[in-house]
Amino acid sequence: MERKVLSGNAAIARGAYEAGIGLVSSYPGTPSSEITDTVKVYDEIYSEWATNEKVALEVAIGSSIAGTRSMTCMKHVGLNVASDPLMTLSYTGVNAGIVIVVADDPNMFSSQNEQDSRHYARFAKIPMLEPSDSNEAKQFVKIAVEISEKYSTPVLLRSVTRLSHSMSVVDIGERENASRKDLDVNIPKWVMVPANARKRHYFVEERLKNIQNDYNDGILQLTSEELNSKKIGIITTGITYQYVKEALPQASILKLGMVYPLPFKKIQEFCEKVENLFVVEELDPFIENAIRAHGLALQRLNRSVIGELSVEKVSKLFENTDFEVSVFSSKYSDINERLPQRPPNMCPGCSHRGIFYAINRLKLFASGDIGCYTLGLLPPLSAIHSTVCMGASISMAHGIDKGSYGEYARKSVAVIGDSTFLHTGINGLMNSFYNSGTSTVVILDNRITGMTGHQPNPATGISIKGTPAPQVNIETLCRGMGIKNVRIVDPFNVQECMDALKEETAKEELSVIITNRPCIFADKSVISSPYFVIEDKCTGCKACVNLGCPAILWDSEKRLAFIDETLCTGCGLCPKVCRFEAIKQRGE
Amino acid sequence: MKSDILMVGVGGQGTVLASDILCDVILSAGYDVKKSEIHGMAQRGGSVISHVRIAETVFSPVIPAGSADVIVSFEKMEFLRYLEYINDETILLLNEGKIYPPGAAGGEEEYPDKLIEEKIAIFKKAYILNAFGIADNVFNRKVTSTVMLGKLASVMDIDVNIWKNVIAEKVPSKTVEKNLKAFDAGYNV
Repeated sequence: MERKVLSGNAAIARGAYEAGIGLVSSYPGTPSSEITDTVKVYDEIYSEWATNEKVALEVAIGSSIAGTRSMTCMKHVGLNVASDPLMTLSYTGVNAGIVIVVADDPNMFSSQNEQDSRHYARFAKIPMLEPSDSNEAKQFVKIAVEISEKYSTPVLLRSVTRLSHSMSVVDIGERENASRKDLDVNIPKWVMVPANARKRHYFVEERLKNIQNDYNDGILQLTSEELNSKKIGIITTGITYQYVKEALPQASILKLGMVYPLPFKKIQEFCEKVENLFVVEELDPFIENAIRAHGLALQRLNRSVIGELSVEKVSKLFENTDFEVSVFSSKYSDINERLPQRPPNMCPGCSHRGIFYAINRLKLFASGDIGCYTLGLLPPLSAIHSTVCMGASISMAHGIDKGSYGEYARKSVAVIGDSTFLHTGINGLMNSFYNSGTSTVVILDNRITGMTGHQPNPATGISIKGTPAPQVNIETLCRGMGIKNVRIVDPFNVQECMDALKEETAKEELSVIITNRPCIFADKSVISSPYFVIEDKCTGCKACVNLGCPAILWDSEKRLAFIDETLCTGCGLCPKVCRFEAIKQRGE
Repeated sequence: MKSDILMVGVGGQGTVLASDILCDVILSAGYDVKKSEIHGMAQRGGSVISHVRIAETVFSPVIPAGSADVIVSFEKMEFLRYLEYINDETILLLNEGKIYPPGAAGGEEEYPDKLIEEKIAIFKKAYILNAFGIADNVFNRKVTSTVMLGKLASVMDIDVNIWKNVIAEKVPSKTVEKNLKAFDAGYNV
C-alpha cells in the first residue's frame, strides 16, 4: 500500500476523493483553506470557491438532492454564516451524503474568536466526528459519508489548526465508485413549511437516538479503548489524544471518534474498569459536562478553557497526583520578549499600503473587516479601528453614521476587500443605500482572497482551476444598486486617495471608493524594477520608513533610509511620500 | 531512531519545503514521522517554525519543552526565540546570515549580536555556517534551505542517497541539479 506524509487538510481532501464525493463547494478560511485547494486537483470532483459559507452549504444541499455526495469546508466562524441552512438541513436530512468540515482555531493563530464548534453538533442535533491525525482525518471523511447516507443526516467533521496544519503518515486508498442517486422528489421531506417541519422534528429526535444506540452497541465503531493502569482512565478525543498518550503513558484511554452524540454505555463500561476517571479535552468542557449531566463520577481537573492544549499542559494537569506523568522542563527560559519581533505585515508592493497611509494622515476612523488589510491596524499606519466579522465594516459604518445622526460619518470610512465585500459586505451596502446612509465605503479591490492563500473570487476572472471565468465588476455592481457616488482611485497615488477620501466623506450621501491595483500575487506582471535611495538627497526624515513597507529599512549609523532591492516590487509608493526626490527607480 | 528536530527561520526562506523534504526522507527510511507548523497570519518576513518528530510511533506533532535534539536555524537570530525547547545535548545548526527584523531595520531596535554569541555558547555542539555565501556560490539565496538540509543530513544517520532522491522529487524540476549541489556543499562544509 502506498503511504504518504500528508497534512490533516490534504488528508481530508484525499478522504473526499476516496469516499466518492462528487462536489465540494467552500469559502476559504484559515485553517481550512488547503482542503478545497487540494480537492481542486482531482478531476473526478467538481469543486468551486463559493461567495460565502452559507452559499457553499446550500450548493452542497442541492447537489445532495441531485444525488451526488457533497462536501463543504470552512473555518469555525464560517459555520456561523452557514448555520442558517445547517439548522434546517438537520430536519430535511440528505439524499446523497453531505459532509461539513469545520476547522476550529484554538489559540486564535489566525482568527477573531476561539469558539468551540462542537456546540453546533448538539445545537443542530447532528453527529460530529473528530479525527486525531491525518490518517484518521482521511478515514473519517469516508465514515462521515456512510453515516450521512445511513441515517439521512448531514455530518460535521471537526478539525483544529493543529490537526489541519500538522503532517503525519497516511495510507493511500482507491476511490469508491459511488453511483449517483436519482433526484430526490419528496415534498414532505424537502419543503420545510411548518406543517412538514413539525413532522420532521420527530424524525430528528428519533435519528439522534438511533445514532447514539448504534454508537453504544458498537454498530458504529468509533471508540477505541486502551487498557493499561487501572488507577487512571482518560476519556479524550481528537488531537488531544496525542498529548494524553505522551503525557500519561500508563493511563487507560477511551478515545472518542464521534464527539456528538456520546456513547454513554461505552463510557459507563470504561468507567467501571478504572478507579479514577478524567476527561481531557481542548476548549470548552463539552464532553465533560455531558458525562456529568449523565450522572457518571468524574474527577475534576483544573484545566483552562482558553487556548490550545499541549503535551506539557496535559502533564501539568496531573503533576501533583500519584499517577505516572512524563515531565518536560526547560532549563533555558524563553527570551522572545527581549528580541526584535517579526510581526505580520502587509507585503512589499501591497496595494493597501497607500490608502491606509492616506486614512492615517486624514485621521479617519476606519471600520475594518477581515483580510490582509486588517493588518492596517499595526503601527506606523494604525488605520483600522474596528474588526468584528466578515462584511461587518459597511454595516457598522452605517451604524456609526445613524447612531451619531450623521456627525461621525464625516470622520469615518468602512474598509473592506473585494472577496469580503462579495461574501457578506454587499448586503450591508444595500442596507446603507436603502436607508439613506451617508457613510463612505472603501473597497480594496485587489482581485484575490489574499490572507487565506490567494484564492480567486468572483471579481478575479479566474476559476478555482486557474482557467478564465466570468468576472463581477464591482463598480458596475455598486452603480447598478443605484449608488451615485462611485469612484475609482489608484491606491499608490497618495494625493489622489487623500482627495477622494476628503471629498466623499464630506458628502451627506453614500459613497463608494474602489481601489484598482491587484495583489502582487494575483498579477505578478505588476512587479517592476526596484527603487533605491539616493544617499546625498535623503535627509533622514523617515516619511518613507513610516509607510511600514518591509523593503524600506533604516541605517541607524548613517541615519538614512535604504531599500532592500531584493524585496522591493517597484510599486512606486515611496517616492510619492518623499519630499526630497531622494527615491528613484533602477533603470529610470 | 528517535529524534526531535526544530527548523526555524524567516517566512520566504523555504523552511516549510525543507521540513516537507525531511518528512519524506524519514518515511523513506522506514520511521514514523509527524510535523507541525502554523501558517496563516505569518506572511513573508514573519518568524516560521516547523517541528519534525521521528520515532517508532510519534504521538504529539509538537515537540515538548526541553526535548529538541537538533535545532536548525535558517537565520542567525531565530534560534533565540525557541530556547525553551533545548536541553544540554541539543545540537545547533546555524546559518550565520542575517535577515533584519523591521524594528532593527527601522532603527528602533538593535540586532541582538551579543545575545546570539552568549546563547551559542550554551550548546555543546554548534555548527555555524555561512549558508547564504555557500548558496550564492552554488546558485543563489533560494537554495539556502537546501544547504542547511545538507548540513542536517551530515549529523543524521540516514543514507545520503535517500536525501538526494527526495530532494530531486520535491524541488522544481529545473532546479534539481542546483539543489543537489547545494545539498552536497552543505553536507561537506
